[in-house]
Amino acid sequence: MSRLLSEEEYRKTKAYRMKRWYHGDKDPYISKVEMKPQKPFKEDVELQRKRLHDELILNQRIYDVEHNNKILAFRKFYRFISVIFVAALMAILLYMVSYLPPTGDATNPDNNEVAAKYIEDGMADTGAVNIVTGMILDYRAFDTLGESNVLFIATCAVLILLRLDKNEKTDTTKEEEEENDRLYEPKNDIILQKVAFFLVPLIIIFGIYVILNGHISPGGGFSGGAIIGAGLILYLNAFGFQKTERFFTQKTYKWICFVALSFYCLAKTYSFYCGAHHLETGIPLGTPGDIISAGLILPLNICVGLVVACTMYAFYAMFRKGGF
Amino acid sequence: MTFIENFPFFSILLSLGSGVLTSIMNKKAARIWNTLIMLVIGSLSFVLLVYLLGTGESFTFMMGHFPAPWGNEIRAGALEAGMALFFVMIMFLSLKGGEQHLDEEIEESKINLYYIMINLLLSSLLALIYTNDLFTAYVFVEINTIAACGLIMIRQNGRTIEAATRYMIMAQLGSGLLLMGLCILYDITGHLLMSNIKESVALVYAEGTYNIPLIASIAMICVGLAIKSALYPFHTWLPNAYGNATVSSAAILSSLVSKGYIFLLIKIFYRVVGFDIIVDSKIINILFVFGLLGMIMGSVNAIQENDIRRMIAFSSVAQIGYIYMGFGLGTTMGMVASVFHILSHASSKSLLFIAASGLTDVSGHSKKFEKLTGSGFRNPIAGLAFSIGACSMVGLPLFSGFISKLLFAQAAVQLSLSKLLPTMICLAISTVLNAIYFMKTVLRIYTPVKGNREKIEMPNKGKYTFTLVCMIVINMILGCCSQPIVDWIESGLAIFG
Repeated sequence: MSRLLSEEEYRKTKAYRMKRWYHGDKDPYISKVEMKPQKPFKEDVELQRKRLHDELILNQRIYDVEHNNKILAFRKFYRFISVIFVAALMAILLYMVSYLPPTGDATNPDNNEVAAKYIEDGMADTGAVNIVTGMILDYRAFDTLGESNVLFIATCAVLILLRLDKNEKTDTTKEEEEENDRLYEPKNDIILQKVAFFLVPLIIIFGIYVILNGHISPGGGFSGGAIIGAGLILYLNAFGFQKTERFFTQKTYKWICFVALSFYCLAKTYSFYCGAHHLETGIPLGTPGDIISAGLILPLNICVGLVVACTMYAFYAMFRKGGF
Repeated sequence: MTFIENFPFFSILLSLGSGVLTSIMNKKAARIWNTLIMLVIGSLSFVLLVYLLGTGESFTFMMGHFPAPWGNEIRAGALEAGMALFFVMIMFLSLKGGEQHLDEEIEESKINLYYIMINLLLSSLLALIYTNDLFTAYVFVEINTIAACGLIMIRQNGRTIEAATRYMIMAQLGSGLLLMGLCILYDITGHLLMSNIKESVALVYAEGTYNIPLIASIAMICVGLAIKSALYPFHTWLPNAYGNATVSSAAILSSLVSKGYIFLLIKIFYRVVGFDIIVDSKIINILFVFGLLGMIMGSVNAIQENDIRRMIAFSSVAQIGYIYMGFGLGTTMGMVASVFHILSHASSKSLLFIAASGLTDVSGHSKKFEKLTGSGFRNPIAGLAFSIGACSMVGLPLFSGFISKLLFAQAAVQLSLSKLLPTMICLAISTVLNAIYFMKTVLRIYTPVKGNREKIEMPNKGKYTFTLVCMIVINMILGCCSQPIVDWIESGLAIFG
């Protein structure tokens, strides 16, 4: 009750609603958010019989510890031996570490002409202000080419394991689809959607910034791509697959990866070939510090970024519902 | 610099790029493209081998604009070129021999993924063979591991998924140990390029400043690669993976993937640490003991098996044991025998896997021994090929296994009694055990069954027969004209260091 407002006006204020919520008179979720009571789990009689049978067989034949001496011995000694083994390994490694060169000492073996050249001539050789980017995309570009193929092959392995291809023989019925929780979409969550509405553009713009500035400031294709991928996953979580499928499907993924990686392969083949034959590539290095500089590093960073972003998103979508 | 010196670089980039290209192809195009790529890489390697045998030297190839300690580098000698040629040949034959099973066992829409794995696996094997840089080797070891995992689990049933999980856990442990070893090696030498590390290691070893980290890193690298190539106590991932994967995968995994890691280990012995230091460090004695154990225990396990594919898989454990035993002898002769055994085992094991798949096909797709009775009559070519593979494994003259056993024995007799005796005794025991389980199988497939003796016609038989004949020919060439091959290995190892 308020002294300044009438009863009717007071009921409209936020303070009144707050008070009711505080006293537990009103649940703000009711009729706003859908909450279904869970059905009790009922098992098919035939399936249950089969499961119990399997369990029995498993316990009798394989995990029958009392009569299976092999398993008994294995269980007993396994813990004992593994503890001893790990302790011994740790002791050996710790002992070994104490003989390694001290950290940060100027006379260490790894402070040699290799690191010196990277630091002194890195900018002049590669045109990249960021020495790390210059190292991974120019000095040791072959390793990075392999590394981006590691990402590619990892996605392919996940596709093998998780992709659900439409199989004509076993056409799933609607009820089975209902049961399949992979097809469930999350319910619209207003808080998440509002936050994502502001955050996703910022995240993606920041990711693009990190990729494009990879040769100037800390960052590059791998980190920027991971940021963009995280932004895409947030968008997917907030708005569901229907929205993301308008611009990103398996086909898009396939072509982006293909174009980015084949550009990477072709560009590097050209540059390796020229390098090995001591030819000029004809790609200008530009002024160090400009966005458009450092020769091939910027386009390669963009390629790596695209591949990483798509890989992150594809992993998430695969684990979520076996396709996107 | 002649044009031929570009060939290692072309081979690696070609297979890497075709992996990417295959991702947009359908099944048929992917298969044709893969065949084409293998033929091209095979002929490139052959030309390179002939050229390098002519010059008798090795060369390095700069990957990029920066010379070696700063940029990447690959290196090719006669041994590398020959290995590349051999690996491509075996991979090609294994794929052709298992094509029928591939179509039956793998979902139609995932076959192009299989060829992506194959292309990238080939590129990683080539990179492991040619690389002159330890970190490049590690990157391609990663590709190799994931590709092998994909090859196991592409036939999707519970057993292969379980096998792939086991493989992944063990292989990651191996990769982790390898990486730690490389880090320590970098810490005490400051280099990643093989030839530079070798110089620094010689210096460090002579001064004795970092001896303990050096020994620890060599040990970690050895154990890591031994886990990945299934040396005896670390072999637990192997039987399920080889026994349940589709037959091409099993043949490729047993004859190429594990051999790629072993070749990398040889490379590390010769080109990174230096063979004298390895011998001096006594680490090879441990490899020797585990190799001997593997020779015996692998065969004992194989005798107990009731499943033909798992039996062949356990036989691989024994054969990997032979290779590590050859390392353990600590002489160049032993190393030559090991390298020869890599070739011999790769050719016989892929032959056995492909032939066994033909035998199980005519026995109601059962891998159990009871069902296989008389299958040699039902599928004569597979029966013949299996018998030849078995003879080669046991070590009968005319076949490649005989030569490798002979080389091991020759290498052992030059040593002191402490190594001669165990080697000879284990060789003898292992040969007898091999004979027990292989001859048991051969006798069984040629035991006639009453009533049912008609041949069963297989679809697509021409390609299968062609593959088996090619593999038999390779095996016989290794067994009958071994002298030029041994000479090639010796000269290759001589310029390796």
